[in-house]
Amino acid sequence: MTDHLIEIQNLEKTYSSGDTTVTAIQNMDFFVDDGEFIAVMGQSGSGKSTLLSIMGAMNRPSRGQVFIDSLDIYSLTNEQRADLRSEYMGFIFQSFQLIPYLTVLENVKLPMAVTGKKKKVKNQMAMEVISRVGLEEKADRLPDQLSGGEQERVAIARAIVNKPPIILADEPTGNLDSKTANEIMTLLGELNQEGRTVIMVTHNPNMTAHAHRTIQVQDGRISTTFS
Amino acid sequence: MKLHNISFGNIRRRKAKMVFLALGLIIGISTIVTLLAITETMTLEIEERLNKFGANIIMVPKTEHLSLNYGGIDVGGVNYELKTFEQENLGRIRTIENAKNIGVVAPKVLGALDVQKDIGAQNTGKKVMVMGVVFQEELALKTWWQKNGKYPETKDQVMLGAAAASILSLAPGDVIRMKERPFNVSGVLLPTGGSEDNAVIMDMGTAQALLGMPGKVSMVEISAFCRGCPITELTLQIAEVFPNGKVTAMKQAVMSKMQSIEMFKSFSLGVSVLVVGIGALLVMVTMMGSVNERTREIGIFRAIGFRQTHVMQIILLEALVLGLFGGLFGFALGNITAWFLIPVVIEKGVFAGINYQLGGISLLMAAALSLLASLYPAYKAGRMDPSDALRVL
Repeated sequence: MTDHLIEIQNLEKTYSSGDTTVTAIQNMDFFVDDGEFIAVMGQSGSGKSTLLSIMGAMNRPSRGQVFIDSLDIYSLTNEQRADLRSEYMGFIFQSFQLIPYLTVLENVKLPMAVTGKKKKVKNQMAMEVISRVGLEEKADRLPDQLSGGEQERVAIARAIVNKPPIILADEPTGNLDSKTANEIMTLLGELNQEGRTVIMVTHNPNMTAHAHRTIQVQDGRISTTFS
Repeated sequence: MKLHNISFGNIRRRKAKMVFLALGLIIGISTIVTLLAITETMTLEIEERLNKFGANIIMVPKTEHLSLNYGGIDVGGVNYELKTFEQENLGRIRTIENAKNIGVVAPKVLGALDVQKDIGAQNTGKKVMVMGVVFQEELALKTWWQKNGKYPETKDQVMLGAAAASILSLAPGDVIRMKERPFNVSGVLLPTGGSEDNAVIMDMGTAQALLGMPGKVSMVEISAFCRGCPITELTLQIAEVFPNGKVTAMKQAVMSKMQSIEMFKSFSLGVSVLVVGIGALLVMVTMMGSVNERTREIGIFRAIGFRQTHVMQIILLEALVLGLFGGLFGFALGNITAWFLIPVVIEKGVFAGINYQLGGISLLMAAALSLLASLYPAYKAGRMDPSDALRVL
């Protein structure tokens, strides 16, 4: 049992590539409390994105456990973990990862496609978050008709439409200019202030201003943690 | 937003690929439909030809004696006792279970009479076989008959077989006398090689009266064709309603024709199986390609909480839509091809018409084929690990 929202114990992740085994994460222990904004920093290949995917119930660790609300998420079946992601987590991916043939509104409604909500409720919820990110005028556009910052906003709207308690963001400002990046960070900060737990992976130290804690990852280990 | 919105969205986005995939199904289904349509027309054609070809069932009265005749050569010298049917009972033939397969029923009364060539000349005649027939039925059966003159139209007209006319030195327009009654020779048959070459052919009722056999029939020739049942089945059914008749099927003619159809049917089936196999492979390869192309997209679906079954539903729904599309257009194309092709491959062949039942089967088959071939790609997509799919994470 744990009092933390997320707790990681003795985590290790190795990948086999031919005869060689690469260790992405080793002996990692840390926790995230409810309502925290955590920035995970590290150089490319340090293991930070792997850590995020393991916390996101998407990547089974080679060793160790991940608890969310005291639940060992890797003791669940694949389908149960899919349900967990649907209810608990909102993902903001690197490069936006929008579905190109769906409109802004449809992309935002995507996480609700597998919920039992009625069409009217889905539309209302989706339009609410689209307005929140300032794209109500562009709800019928396709992703390739939007700027990079606007696509990132759509990705954020999609991540929060189901009102998940945890937001996992992988380099959310990686493809944006500094002005737009700051706007996105402000938005994430607001979401955190509203009570959502945000865990963000970034390699840019300028983007950690809103974070309560920053965890530095190096060679698959936590090297430093500072508030 | 429902799962089907994603399926339809993807179909719209990848039009070219989807058209290519549907084209595989269209070609497959249309080939099968065309082959089936050709087989159907062939069967109808042969059925019609068999009807024209003549009798394939002969019914004669049962007798205790063995026939002493082979190929027209009588070795016994003495005819066995003549037995007959009652003409009024012949209607029973059309009451059998497969009555709809009975084409022509042509009764005959047979006997021998003295024929005088010239009116007034007594006792100069020759004994000739008289064959009383119902001309309407007989001519429907003996479509290969050719003649000089005309077929009899009244009861005092007769026609002669080629040998009879030759031996009696008669020609159309001559008058003969039988049992003191004059008859006009309306026509003479060209040689057929059959028994009618030696006969005087005349109206059934008149022949019965002349032969002293009112209401009697010596034998019945029947033309029948049954696609769904063997000809022997028909003979058994007729024998049931005529216990005193000996019903014989002239199987060879039917068998050889049916064998040709069966061979073509087997060929069509073989080609169909091959086409279905290739179609299934094409769908599977294309779907597999589509799944691989959409790895990232599937990764996103899985990451945001779609279950494996949700992803499978998306892929299978696409397959179902394409299957139905392919089935519908394949059926249409198959019918159009058959319509053009049948007159080319079958002499005087005419497209038998659209078989809507086959249309339904085509739709179901294409949908099932597409779904089955997409099962593995869909399963693979569902099993995709979100973190593997989204390499960026």
